[in-house]
Amino acid sequence: MSILTTVHTLWLREMKRFLRNRSRLIGSIALPLIFLGILGTGFAGHFRYKGDVSYTEFIAPGILAMQLLFSSMFGGLSVLWDKQFGFMKEILVAPVSRIAIMTGKTIGTVTTSMLKALVFLVAMLATGLVKPSFSGLLLTLAFMILISAAFVSLGITFAARMSDPQGFQLIMNFVIMPIFFLSGALFPLEGLPVWLKALTYVNPLTYGVDGMRYALNGSAHFPPFLSLGVLFGFWLLTSLVGAWLFEKMPA
Amino acid sequence: MDVRKNDVPIVISGLTKTFGTLTALDSIDLEIRRGELFGLLGPNGAGKTTLLSILSTILPASSGKAVVCGFDVGRKRSEVRRSIGIVFQDPSLDDELTGEENLDFHGRLYGMSRERRRERIRKTLKLVDLYDRREGIVKTYSGGMRRRLELARGLMHEPLVLFLDEPTLGLDPQTRRKVWAYIRELNETHGLTLILTTHYMDEAEQLCSRVAIIDQGRIVALDTPAALMASLGGDTLNLVVSTASEVFIHSLRKLEEVRSVVCEANRLRVRAAVGESVLPRIFALAQSLGVHITELSTRKSNLEDVFLAVTGRHMRDEPITRPTDRIRLMRRSGKR
Repeated sequence: MSILTTVHTLWLREMKRFLRNRSRLIGSIALPLIFLGILGTGFAGHFRYKGDVSYTEFIAPGILAMQLLFSSMFGGLSVLWDKQFGFMKEILVAPVSRIAIMTGKTIGTVTTSMLKALVFLVAMLATGLVKPSFSGLLLTLAFMILISAAFVSLGITFAARMSDPQGFQLIMNFVIMPIFFLSGALFPLEGLPVWLKALTYVNPLTYGVDGMRYALNGSAHFPPFLSLGVLFGFWLLTSLVGAWLFEKMPA
Repeated sequence: MDVRKNDVPIVISGLTKTFGTLTALDSIDLEIRRGELFGLLGPNGAGKTTLLSILSTILPASSGKAVVCGFDVGRKRSEVRRSIGIVFQDPSLDDELTGEENLDFHGRLYGMSRERRRERIRKTLKLVDLYDRREGIVKTYSGGMRRRLELARGLMHEPLVLFLDEPTLGLDPQTRRKVWAYIRELNETHGLTLILTTHYMDEAEQLCSRVAIIDQGRIVALDTPAALMASLGGDTLNLVVSTASEVFIHSLRKLEEVRSVVCEANRLRVRAAVGESVLPRIFALAQSLGVHITELSTRKSNLEDVFLAVTGRHMRDEPITRPTDRIRLMRRSGKR
């Protein structure tokens, strides 16, 4: 009972902050549209993939994954700002369990990330950029939630170990960007040199991008159940490690 | 046991905290009774915040025991946390939420029902004069308003004991006095037990019913501010004389009210029981011995003198140079 109250309280806070900050909201919805518009148009004439798939159509699921990656990681890393501005202290001395705190924070951030991603998804559906079946759409949602939950947990994992927001830039440059660029979001996985192929194969987001590409456009590099399984395992790993580190974090 | 739990909410015995080779708290023994407005006074780094952190279950003790409201801080953390309120030294509000939302968040975390939250929000915000600003985003609050909101939040769940860590650090004099008034009211009108840390002498002197002076992790003095100052044996007279002859000093020491005389060249520091009444006698003595008094000033003793007498050092020697302190002050005054 009390655990649910705590989870709900933390979730509510994320929602309030989300709805209050309009500029952040608009920015996070505009970014993927800009990416898709510019990259899609710029590469339109220079890309040939499996017949009549345009580059915009090809990268659409990848940009969706990018948006989830960014907003989820940033959301998880916001624990750093709560530490910096002291609010984490207020939360950590309350008579509630840390697991409940982390769960609430995660569900709240997944919710806000999903809301932003859904706006983008609806825009893509409306313009006919992706034409999934109903079951494909459901599978896409499952992938989206898994991607978001896993990367929120990863963000919290990093934030639990870091003491000041200066490390944020480091995470941005050496974790978030490589994960995005090595995920096959912007290029096909076929015909890559061995080193690049190896890097993409160990990147969990690769399976998210590929799974959503299957669910939205019907073409995939990996079997969809493999992708789902890898992502699930990754989520399990990040949430367990995150919970453990969050538990040990000094108040 | 139950009576004791109610009458002595804080019982500390042999409490020690070490960080590696550094001993932050060295075998502290202390009891704080119900209804006290207790001050932990000491310079930066004396161990005040460490003690508060252990009492509020944020830090584990290395050895020794502390019982808060009948609960051992090491073993009954949740029970302790429910019984106490804390106002931290550093800001700890969500400044994207309104004042009201910050309190509501707190109430939910402490498992309060909707009705009780609403009632307590109204009461505590009225107490700190923020009720009219309850719907303002905290970002728009001044430093003093934030501090008052934190005070209201600490009271939100009706704790038995309220801890205040440097409650007026970085506030302007006017706001400081206002915060003092709120603290006093909580103690006098509502009978709340308050424990505050401070490195401001005047704060401890004017606010606290009892003070523990902490230095290098130990309690070096413990009493009411008045008794601590009286223990010095009165006020201080500073004299500058033409020639500080042995005879004059000797005769001064023989005066009934005089406790001590310290001589540096032609400057004399005299500590005497009743400062003003002793003046005519000193003048008479000086005249009879042909000594000219060229300067004279009297000063009431304060806790600074107590600290000096007990530790042999001045409390305010070190200016604030540690970067963390400067950041704290900047942030407290609302600049980020």
